[in-house]
Amino acid sequence: MSGVLNWLRRDLRAALSVGFLLLLLGLSIATPVVAPHSPTNQDVNNTLHEPDARHPLGTDDLGRDVLSRLIYGAPATLYASFLAVTVAILIGVPVGLLAGFLGGWIDDAISRLIDTLLSFPAIVLAIAVTGALGIGLTNGMIAVGIVFSPQLARLVRAQTLIVKQELYVDAARVFGASVGRILWKHVVPNAIQPVIVQVTLLLAVALLAEASLSFLGLGVQPPQPSWGAMLARAYHYMEIAPEQMYAPGIAILLTALAFNALGESLRVALDPTMKRR
Amino acid sequence: MLTKDRLRLIRRRLVQVAPVIVLATFIVFGLQQLVPGDIAVTLAGDNATDARIAEIRKLYGLDRPFLVQYGHWLWGVLHGDLGKSLLSGEVVLDSIARRFPVSLLIVGCALALSLAVGIPLGILAATRPGSRVDAFVTSIASLGVALPNFWLAMLLVATFALNWTIFPATGAKPLSAGLGPALLHAALPSIALAAGAIAEVARQLRSSLVEVLSSQYVRTLHAKGLSPAAILWRHGLKNVSVNLLTVIGLVFNRLLGATVVIEAVFAIPGIGSMVVHAAIHKDFPVIQGVVLALVLIVISLNLLIDVLYTVFDPRVGK
Repeated sequence: MSGVLNWLRRDLRAALSVGFLLLLLGLSIATPVVAPHSPTNQDVNNTLHEPDARHPLGTDDLGRDVLSRLIYGAPATLYASFLAVTVAILIGVPVGLLAGFLGGWIDDAISRLIDTLLSFPAIVLAIAVTGALGIGLTNGMIAVGIVFSPQLARLVRAQTLIVKQELYVDAARVFGASVGRILWKHVVPNAIQPVIVQVTLLLAVALLAEASLSFLGLGVQPPQPSWGAMLARAYHYMEIAPEQMYAPGIAILLTALAFNALGESLRVALDPTMKRR
Repeated sequence: MLTKDRLRLIRRRLVQVAPVIVLATFIVFGLQQLVPGDIAVTLAGDNATDARIAEIRKLYGLDRPFLVQYGHWLWGVLHGDLGKSLLSGEVVLDSIARRFPVSLLIVGCALALSLAVGIPLGILAATRPGSRVDAFVTSIASLGVALPNFWLAMLLVATFALNWTIFPATGAKPLSAGLGPALLHAALPSIALAAGAIAEVARQLRSSLVEVLSSQYVRTLHAKGLSPAAILWRHGLKNVSVNLLTVIGLVFNRLLGATVVIEAVFAIPGIGSMVVHAAIHKDFPVIQGVVLALVLIVISLNLLIDVLYTVFDPRVGK
């Protein structure tokens, strides 16, 4: 724990992004307390209103408070990003471990499959899978997770190939450890660092994918608030109320920046060869 | 240039790509297996009678084993038959042929733009590592990667189409309508698409160029008294150009995906809006057709890049 604090003290970028993400997490937990209004309450006499004391960010086309919808969008966003990345880990990590560790025709087959899946434009495949599973936030993010999983599988496979050559793995094998035990006790802990970095960066990609899917109407369904869905509504009122698109867009941008910055800082912090730079 | 070794390598790449294509068709067809429950009920639509569902099942051969269905579908694909849209009844291949050029124009412009801006930025940053210019380029690149491209598209429309009316806000014009109008319509969508790609190109080029420029042999060239400009142009960029091919393949794949979202913002009748509409309405022949077309294009481009790589990389075949 003190190691983490020390790291954050030395790395301003990491401290800022962790601070922002913790703030977002806090908002997500305390939404009903923090949000000034209900995110779905409509005030039809007060639509597309400019910011004032009662509505600090104005109201949307149905007279709903924009700030409250923004705050209620935070848990949806975090849920979406973490769901997609969890699905990607659950599929990608075991597949990568098996391919790298077992080698032979299994590795060949899995590697071809990974190559193939990576040839699909990711967001298009995610849209197609969402269409098949049925539209909605959870299905959409499961689809995004499936589409991301080959990236993780490829990384884990490469790491496993390196660790497999190490003497301590041979030693464990000589002592009669099972494949499962070797993977869990020796390969995973030593191959995990680049995976942590990649997963953090994927959170940003997942966030952008959620925003895109919700914008296209394949993700979050009305009246549930989400930053991408807010932008979809703002799009229809662009000519009369262009200011509607600023707040959700900035929220998406800042969160994606925070995930990326954290990922880059983790890369530097976890990589011993880059410490001296 | 094409020695026996190179030809053999190219032939091996061609053989390697065959299972990838077969797997891709399998995945594309398998998409409909992901539908929860009975797909015939889904395809028949709301309030369908049992008789109608049975008819649909027979019509699409859904009562036969999966592999037989796949074989039947693949046989059609090999003969250019991607089926008909369940919604409009239009032949899928015709829709793709009509809409694809529209999307390709935007993607092509975006690719050209990302190379034209990304390469100089990458070179600027790599030749002055640690400087303010480097920090600036790196920040721009971080921003470009995190920016939701459809939001950028909306900002561009609000500023340059609605506020200043320099560019049209929506729609597309084919090249046959003249180069001027076509490019005028493609300008804003291409810029919105290119932002992320510029960041990607600049980042990748910077990191590979920094690696080359800090290598032993470049140090030797410096010691021999070669000017920095000569080192950069004759040695640095020549080495990096091979990596650049790989980056182009990667970026093209991303752009093809991103155009789907951008087309929605500009109401462009390309393949993107086609696949989104199909996904919402579970129009499987259209979904499968578009996804198959896109993945085949990406696989062919990657193959082409691999072949070029084999032809131009001096290290290959030695």
